[in-house]
Amino acid sequence: MSTHTKMAAERKGADGRTETDAAKGRRRSPTRVNPALYLFPLPAVAIIAFFLVMPTLQAFQYAITDWNGFSAAFNYVGLDNFVRAFTKDSLFTNALTNNLKFVLMVVIAQTAFSLVLALLLTKNSRGSILLRALFFFPTILSSVSVAFIWKFIYDPNFGLANAVLGGVGLEALQGSYLGNNAQALYWVAVTQVWFHAGQMMVVYIAGLQAIPRELYEAAEMDGAGKWQQFKSITWPFVAPATSIVVAYTTVQSFKAFDLILGIAGNPPKQSLDILSTRIYSTFANSEFGYAAAQSIIFMAMIALVTWLQRRLLRLTPKGE
Amino acid sequence: MLASLSRRAILGIYAVIIIVPLTVVGFGSFKSTQELFAGPFSLPQSLSPANYAEVIGGQDLGSSFTNSVIVTAISVPLTLFLASLAGYAISRLKGFMAWAIFGFLVLGMAIPAQANMVPLYVLFGRLGLLDSLAGLVLANVVSTLPIAVFILGGFMRTLPKELYEASSIDGTGPWRTYVSIALPLSAPSVAAAAIFLFVIHWNELLYPLLFIQSPGNRTLPLALLSFQGEFQTNYPLLFAGVILASLPVVVAYVFLQRYFVAGITAGASKG
Repeated sequence: MSTHTKMAAERKGADGRTETDAAKGRRRSPTRVNPALYLFPLPAVAIIAFFLVMPTLQAFQYAITDWNGFSAAFNYVGLDNFVRAFTKDSLFTNALTNNLKFVLMVVIAQTAFSLVLALLLTKNSRGSILLRALFFFPTILSSVSVAFIWKFIYDPNFGLANAVLGGVGLEALQGSYLGNNAQALYWVAVTQVWFHAGQMMVVYIAGLQAIPRELYEAAEMDGAGKWQQFKSITWPFVAPATSIVVAYTTVQSFKAFDLILGIAGNPPKQSLDILSTRIYSTFANSEFGYAAAQSIIFMAMIALVTWLQRRLLRLTPKGE
Repeated sequence: MLASLSRRAILGIYAVIIIVPLTVVGFGSFKSTQELFAGPFSLPQSLSPANYAEVIGGQDLGSSFTNSVIVTAISVPLTLFLASLAGYAISRLKGFMAWAIFGFLVLGMAIPAQANMVPLYVLFGRLGLLDSLAGLVLANVVSTLPIAVFILGGFMRTLPKELYEASSIDGTGPWRTYVSIALPLSAPSVAAAAIFLFVIHWNELLYPLLFIQSPGNRTLPLALLSFQGEFQTNYPLLFAGVILASLPVVVAYVFLQRYFVAGITAGASKG
């Protein structure tokens, strides 16, 4: 956001300068652009155009066909695939509902929890630095590894969670976790938070450490309590960090594909099926046209949720 | 008093929730299934590397380790090279062109991999890139180039323009300036981006799952995933696989911890 504004400002500045440069005789300017510079971004631009932008545009074309990916023949079927997804395909609407639930749970839990951790670990004491490193650690593991670790934790017969509960005499709380269709998604959300809360904690710590200490001292002299201080100093100051955390967590949890496949197997059972795994199953089933349509819905969904968050949260600090 | 007590409680409990599973995985990778189920927390009876031997020898995990090393070792520097070239040009070009190139490259961050996987699969099929490590490298580069340009380009814009002007007065061409001025000065952001890319490319699962067919071309995450299908509840074997797959990243993390945090949060806060 801010970079764009910055770029726009610089652009204006550069345009302005170009005029004065021209007036002074542009050729003599030592800062004139060497045409060879245009060759530098060329490989990156070509790769992105050919392997990212073009396929994305093509997805829109495939989405209105019934192509199976192999035969030469296919029909344009208009918006049939989209109609089918929303009205005739309970597997898709199930995955969509699961995905929205999952994103909502993870965003709320992860944002709150990473902020709590950050608040508790702001000070640069030796203990804090050590704990920060520990809490951040799961982020560097592969999703498949994290999935296996938690599959073992949740294992109803031999798992760690039930072993711990049994060990402290809480057999009544033992469960079958992923085996319980009503709860399975919650437990994967817990795993996702364990996986990435440390990463978001670090984003928050950076935000918290930018708050001038004097503000708290002044507030304390005015007799403001801890909650008052949090509400009127900390929270407004970490608003930008919060919008980063919320936006990033949203995209991350929409793409929890690897974690779901690792923890639930391929293909996952219905209670754990989300949009990305559903698209993959449709694709693996050779319904290329339909999978492309689903992936466009997926992309639109991410854009919509991100836009809604920006509208609803308006988490930019005052005066910006 | 109470506040400091609950602070310690929260931090302590969460530390346990992170340490205990990792320890159990570490111990478990040396146990037999019976031994693991009898007591997940106990120390292993012996440090026999039988599980590791079975994972490496029995399955195709050994070759997948090599494949992962090859793919990551090419993908990371290649992405950095292309992104830094673009970032450098953007920081030196002026006006609309700089803005347009930057915007075009960075726009890709908004496209999730699942959104274009079908056409990419078809395209790779036509180009003969399916089931090849070269295809994986290309897919890695494409998917991370936008954010790498964002991180490196963003940093290079902050370098003082005077340095470039001075070198161009000295008659140095853009390539020399890139190699001897822009790149060395950008070392901190290059290092941060390198670690960010290393974690992503090393752990990448979707592209191998989409493109790789023959077991000999699998990368580690994919081999692990198919491994799980075959050995449903042989947790000790899975654990040995998890540790082998995580080892390079974990070792690097222990030594370069500070840079990991900088790199991955640069990815997070600018994504």
